[in-house]
Amino acid sequence: MRFLLDDEQREFARSLDALLTAADTPAVVRGWAAGDHGPGLTLWRRLADAGVFALAVPEAYGGVGPLPVETAVAFVELGRHGVPGPLVESVAAGVLLGGVGGPAAKEWLPRIASGTTVVSLALEGYGPYALDADVADAVLTVTGDELRLTRGAGGATGPGAATGPGVPTGPGVPTGPGAASGPGAASGPGAASGPGVPTGPGGSTGRPAPTGPGAPTVSVDPARRLFRPEPGGEVVAAGPGVREAARAAGTWATFATAAQALGCGEALLRATVAYVKQRTQFGVPVGSFQAVKHRLADTLLGLEFARPLLYGAAVELADGAPGAGAAVAAAKVAAGEAGYAAARTALQLHGAVGYTEELDLAWWLRRARPLRDAWGTPSACRARVLAG
Amino acid sequence: MDLAQTAETEALRTEAREWLRAHVPARPLPSLETAEGFAAHREWEAELYGGGWSALSWPEEYGGRGADLFGWLAFEEEYWAAGAPGRVSQNGISLLAPTLFHHGTAEQRARVLEPMARGEVIWAQAWSEPEAGSDLAALRSRAVRTEGGWLLSGQKTWSSRAAFADRAFGIFRTDPGAAELHQGLTYLMFGLRDPGVTVRPIGRLDGKPAFAEIFLDEVFVPDEDVIGEPGRGWRIAMSATGDERGLTLRSPGRFLAAADRLTELWREAGDPADTALRDRVADAVIGARAYRLFTAASASRFAAGAVLGAESSLNKVFWSGYDIALHETALDLLGPDAEAADGPWAEGYVFALAGPVYAGTNEIQRDIIAERLLGLPKGRR
Repeated sequence: MRFLLDDEQREFARSLDALLTAADTPAVVRGWAAGDHGPGLTLWRRLADAGVFALAVPEAYGGVGPLPVETAVAFVELGRHGVPGPLVESVAAGVLLGGVGGPAAKEWLPRIASGTTVVSLALEGYGPYALDADVADAVLTVTGDELRLTRGAGGATGPGAATGPGVPTGPGVPTGPGAASGPGAASGPGAASGPGVPTGPGGSTGRPAPTGPGAPTVSVDPARRLFRPEPGGEVVAAGPGVREAARAAGTWATFATAAQALGCGEALLRATVAYVKQRTQFGVPVGSFQAVKHRLADTLLGLEFARPLLYGAAVELADGAPGAGAAVAAAKVAAGEAGYAAARTALQLHGAVGYTEELDLAWWLRRARPLRDAWGTPSACRARVLAG
Repeated sequence: MDLAQTAETEALRTEAREWLRAHVPARPLPSLETAEGFAAHREWEAELYGGGWSALSWPEEYGGRGADLFGWLAFEEEYWAAGAPGRVSQNGISLLAPTLFHHGTAEQRARVLEPMARGEVIWAQAWSEPEAGSDLAALRSRAVRTEGGWLLSGQKTWSSRAAFADRAFGIFRTDPGAAELHQGLTYLMFGLRDPGVTVRPIGRLDGKPAFAEIFLDEVFVPDEDVIGEPGRGWRIAMSATGDERGLTLRSPGRFLAAADRLTELWREAGDPADTALRDRVADAVIGARAYRLFTAASASRFAAGAVLGAESSLNKVFWSGYDIALHETALDLLGPDAEAADGPWAEGYVFALAGPVYAGTNEIQRDIIAERLLGLPKGRR
């Protein structure tokens, strides 16, 4: 037994960390939320060049997958840096199309692997939304044993291509720190709305995208844009094989989301530890108070016991073990809850400033809860664990 | 990254499973916190020793099998899955023995280890004092130099198993003039029935004498029972609280077996409509899996040469909280039957309640986590 990342895997994590640190992801996220997808799509290509989107695509289709351990490594980093976009969906779509095979796989998988296309996905049993469908070149949906594909305007033709009419691209687009408090922004938490971002309940004021994935539902995380897939679309595969491929894709989506949640929690903990060391009250750093320390220690505990579950699930996925689905579900419960607990801790220990949009922290704070619930709620995952 | 066991570990597991199937008592032994149960558990230790299982990680010359951590973890999984009795010799085997391997003499190892592994000598830990709990370095019991040894005086307390045990190990102040509280302490062993020793059993919440106070009045300890150099007791004692011993205090096998029992109980007695309770059962299953994998990662790091320090504090806070939550879930599943003091989960529940307090309170563990793992500034405790 050697239940540790090897040197190459650790180096992969380090190189992604360096790439993402240099990419100024908070600015990318702000842009993404405001409808300016250009920087996000540029980052998407760079992640593809680093190999991220090839990890779940079979070799026969231009990928290097499936490599679950490396996928976990990558998605922890993506979560830690708060990268926006249908990352999980694109990886799961790779698993789905790889399982189905045929012309759709031939057409889309090499492009997914190379990062020249962005794909979103909705699977029966996992909630009704396709994340960021307005940016996607294709939205895949599985209902019963039917796989449908809706082509979109997407971002495949280059950075900036996804910006449809009504999307602010010129001066006035928030780009700097504190941008979310620009003119017209609501002032409460969870309403970090720059100009042009849908603000109404239910998203009724959302901007129309060129080929119309419809109006997005507003997420508590403004950088997550939720679309109900349009009915229709082209049936690209049908039969029991689709059902099976969808099951595998769902498991991978749960798995990658768990990794993202863990990374998100890590970032929240790290930021909070740094804050309580420098924030002084009563003449001492607030981080020297036992109540503060213990809350942070418990946050670390949650994350450090989610991590082995994540990598244990990765090993089971790699082995094709029959218990892999339950192992992934266990990892998702633990990572989702630990990431959310980290958000609660971060909010509490930052005090009032944590409850604002003044800090980049707000992006991670608002993402932890959706990651906990996306691609398998805690309750659904717990049921999966007991189902074996 | 892999979780595959070597053929050697798997062979050990199979051998253990077969041996346990043939030897584990069909009916549970009486509680080991009673005189009758203590004696029965002592006999069980002898039987384990006969099979070569009581201390399998020790070298063969001391009656072990030279098993590595992975072998030990596999054995523990089989042991608890088989429903085998609690280990009355645990304090000796998991706390004193590693100290002897690291700091003792060959003579001490030859004299102490085998009777420990046979269950002939059961050891208790004598560390805490009325005024020195979490602040262990404040301890006052002293050892005064005399011809050929030391004279112990003072009071120790919360000593698990001391009501029925034979000998104890602990730290004592040998240099009251030392500049720092944790200097001038010496680690030594003494007999609980030696002249000058008075043991007063203390009933725990369910009334069983699970621990005791130990009063010492000029108890003679020969030099041969001092472990390591006199005056170096603090460092030796602290080395017994971290490192691989952090892994061996509570094995994952114990909780995997408990989670299996809980799942069985839920399938028998659980209301399928009660998803809140179902979620807690799932959390017990997830927690056992997390603990097993966390331990696998730690053991892998240890095997690769890493030093396991403060992460044993993560380990302790996790299992102690986990154990209580698991037992509370079982009690909730039992409903009105949970109240029965002789119920199948009652003893485990009472035992679990002490977890966050003993072996370093969870407050101290969280301070260690915050300061050593997160790098937060030290504060007043």
